[in-house]
Amino acid sequence: MAHTNDLAHGHDDHAHHGPDKGIMRWIKTTNHKDLGTLYLFFAFTMFFIGGLMSLVIRAELFHPGMQFVQPEFFNQMTTMHALVMIFGGVMPAFVGLANWMVPMMIGCSDLALPRVNNWGFWILPFGFTMMLSTLFMEGGGPAGGWTMYPPLMLQTGNAFPFLIFSVHLLGISSITGAINVVVTILNMRTPGMTLLKMPLFVWTWLITAYLLIAVMPVLAGAVTMLLTDKYFGTSFFTAAGGGDPVLFQHVFWFFGHPEVYILILPAFGIVSTIIPTFARKSLFGYDSMVYATAAIGFLSFIVWAHHMFTVGMPLAGELFFMFATMLIAVPTGVKVFNWVATMWRGSMSFETPMLFAVGFVFLFTIGGFSGLMLAMTPVDFQYHDTYFVVAHFHYVLVPGAVFSIIAAVYYWIPKWTGRMYNEFWGKTHFWLSAIFINLTFFPQHFLGLAGMQRRVPDYALQFTDFNEISTIGAFGFFVTQFIFIFNILGCCYGWFGRKRDLPDRVWEGARGLEWTVPSPAPYHTFEDPPALPVSEVTGVHDAEAAH
Amino acid sequence: MESPAAHSAERYFVPAPSVWPFILTAALVALVAGVSGYLEDDHIGPLPIYVGGALAIAVIFLWFRDIVRESEGGQYSAQVDRTYRWGMSWFIFSEVMFFAAFFGALFYARELSLPWLGGEGSKVATNLVLWPGFEAAWPSNGPANAGGAFKTIPAFSVPLLNTVLLLSSGVTITMAHHALKAGKRLPCILWMWATVAFGATFLYFQAHEYIEAYTELNLTLKSGIYGSTFFMLTGFHGLHVTLGTIMLLVITLRLMAGHFKPDSHFGFEGVAWYWHFVDIVWLGLFIVVYWL
Repeated sequence: MAHTNDLAHGHDDHAHHGPDKGIMRWIKTTNHKDLGTLYLFFAFTMFFIGGLMSLVIRAELFHPGMQFVQPEFFNQMTTMHALVMIFGGVMPAFVGLANWMVPMMIGCSDLALPRVNNWGFWILPFGFTMMLSTLFMEGGGPAGGWTMYPPLMLQTGNAFPFLIFSVHLLGISSITGAINVVVTILNMRTPGMTLLKMPLFVWTWLITAYLLIAVMPVLAGAVTMLLTDKYFGTSFFTAAGGGDPVLFQHVFWFFGHPEVYILILPAFGIVSTIIPTFARKSLFGYDSMVYATAAIGFLSFIVWAHHMFTVGMPLAGELFFMFATMLIAVPTGVKVFNWVATMWRGSMSFETPMLFAVGFVFLFTIGGFSGLMLAMTPVDFQYHDTYFVVAHFHYVLVPGAVFSIIAAVYYWIPKWTGRMYNEFWGKTHFWLSAIFINLTFFPQHFLGLAGMQRRVPDYALQFTDFNEISTIGAFGFFVTQFIFIFNILGCCYGWFGRKRDLPDRVWEGARGLEWTVPSPAPYHTFEDPPALPVSEVTGVHDAEAAH
Repeated sequence: MESPAAHSAERYFVPAPSVWPFILTAALVALVAGVSGYLEDDHIGPLPIYVGGALAIAVIFLWFRDIVRESEGGQYSAQVDRTYRWGMSWFIFSEVMFFAAFFGALFYARELSLPWLGGEGSKVATNLVLWPGFEAAWPSNGPANAGGAFKTIPAFSVPLLNTVLLLSSGVTITMAHHALKAGKRLPCILWMWATVAFGATFLYFQAHEYIEAYTELNLTLKSGIYGSTFFMLTGFHGLHVTLGTIMLLVITLRLMAGHFKPDSHFGFEGVAWYWHFVDIVWLGLFIVVYWL
């Protein structure tokens, strides 16, 4: 190919190459900013597709009885909604943010392995094309739930191997992306940036990437066993052959629980970045934030069976996993108190990123509390597989992870594009989102406590009112996001007469190396490691920075 | 932009745009879509498997050729070297976790699910109601005698020989490494050929053992949980040995082509790390799959 020629010209000729033209720029790019942009556009496309699936679910549940779709298709929608949102939406969005921000935050020219970075991205659209194509196959898409429990999952039709292999591919994408982030952080920091001077977004991503490398291969192993059980006669999950269907649940959740923290730790990093900026104070308890993140990362490996309390484990197992799970409330509590303490007596202002960040702290904490309720084994026997669980994890994922992604985009889009978003529409977006998301998910707590089961397209008559409210909220939330799309695309493409007239430090309270480069950030930043002024270090107290 | 020559020595190498990752992805998707179609009998035919597989191998070759040329062209600084070291370490860690899933399945079956099927402790009803008369023992193909009666491969026969072969290969690759660091190229190449030979011999015996298991011992993938764990663990290990042997062969040929310097040869070391990883996994297999 063309670039093999320029090897002969030595290093600098192509260290300063501009991007290719047209579509080939995006196919061949090794630039972290290009790839971050691709990741984010992909993630928001997937949020849109997954959101449409959730609307199918909510429309069907508007009234009891069967309304629009067949039960089989309803189950395909719940399964695919989860897979699309987790593997296609939240994870790629966080990887996109890491792509854009980690090199600019630690002062290096690019991610450590730029070609591998390109590979990690391009697997996603290919993998999801394969996964989504199963919806059009004989027998339809997978309908056994995203957790893929055997033996039910083994009844999937033609879609089955396509699902398994797409999970393998997405795993490769996650692992390559994670290795890239870890190596970049460990090897590429500008001189003087010791580990405890790194911005918290970098810290949380370091631990997230570690979790990804540790657990994505386990998921690959689990789905490989499913594949061989279905097609090659193995007996991993068949009691008749000496295996056990519950074994799958153990292996899956050994992946699945750290995965939950993969979906939230970068969000913690984003919120820990945004709140100090708009409180105009340094982050309270930087070190304890780091240690709390590490503690959550460690604990995430020893709590997996709290997803399986009703499966018939020995009593010792039930107790161990209950107490281990409740321990997580301690480091998480440290974080929440630190965010609140950062705001305490700050000179606060509530621009859109701050609104989403404060909304995150408030609403994520609700999800955390319902998680504590679910952690208690005897109580969980009542809640298991009800809408209470659905409400719980949607509170941590939507006003949790998704709000943090939205906050991050509002916060950094002026740096990416050089254009400011519209503050009025940003605030409108926040308030409508916050109202509709609570309308959607708060009533689901009551539904679950009253006994409505998840993953069922029909329900008893007495659940109708809350379901109607929930459906109205879901449609409202979906429509509200178009405000966001137009506000953001307006920055990307300069619509609505938006000018590139922003200073380097877009938010006057912001700290970090990314605010020392022009807005928009040039195609290549920090080709030579920058100096690290003490005023840009997250962990330094305001009084020290003033000297 | 400032003058390009000013900092070139210490600047981190950022590769030019590359089309390999995109093509590799397309090839892999063609490959697995073809395999999926084959598994579900939906008449796509084998063409995507062949085309995707061949294309993937070609792209991997071309991609690594780029890396080798960049490396031999002196474009990798010490920092890039550290990137490859960290990257390889974390990649091997991910491989360890992949094997951990299967080792975990073996542990769970032997220590938990089989005793429960045999009615241990509070699970007595499982045994009385579902599988009366089943007594848990290892090896087992479960209460339904899946795949019929089978015999296992004794640990202290070919598996022991294979252990000796792999451990010896660990010694020879270390000898090769010392020779390379001392600048003695010919002994290095000879030690490497010995390592490749050990790897290939291991694979020969492993294939032989599989044939014997299928034809004489009635030990197959279908032999319940024992056959499942046995073949999946040793099979994935065998795949890794195959890959490792190819990697050994590549660096041996690179040594013969004059690549690597006594003080800079991470391509060599990365393969050696991978080979030791494969070796250690085998020790685990030998102990918990064949022996205990």
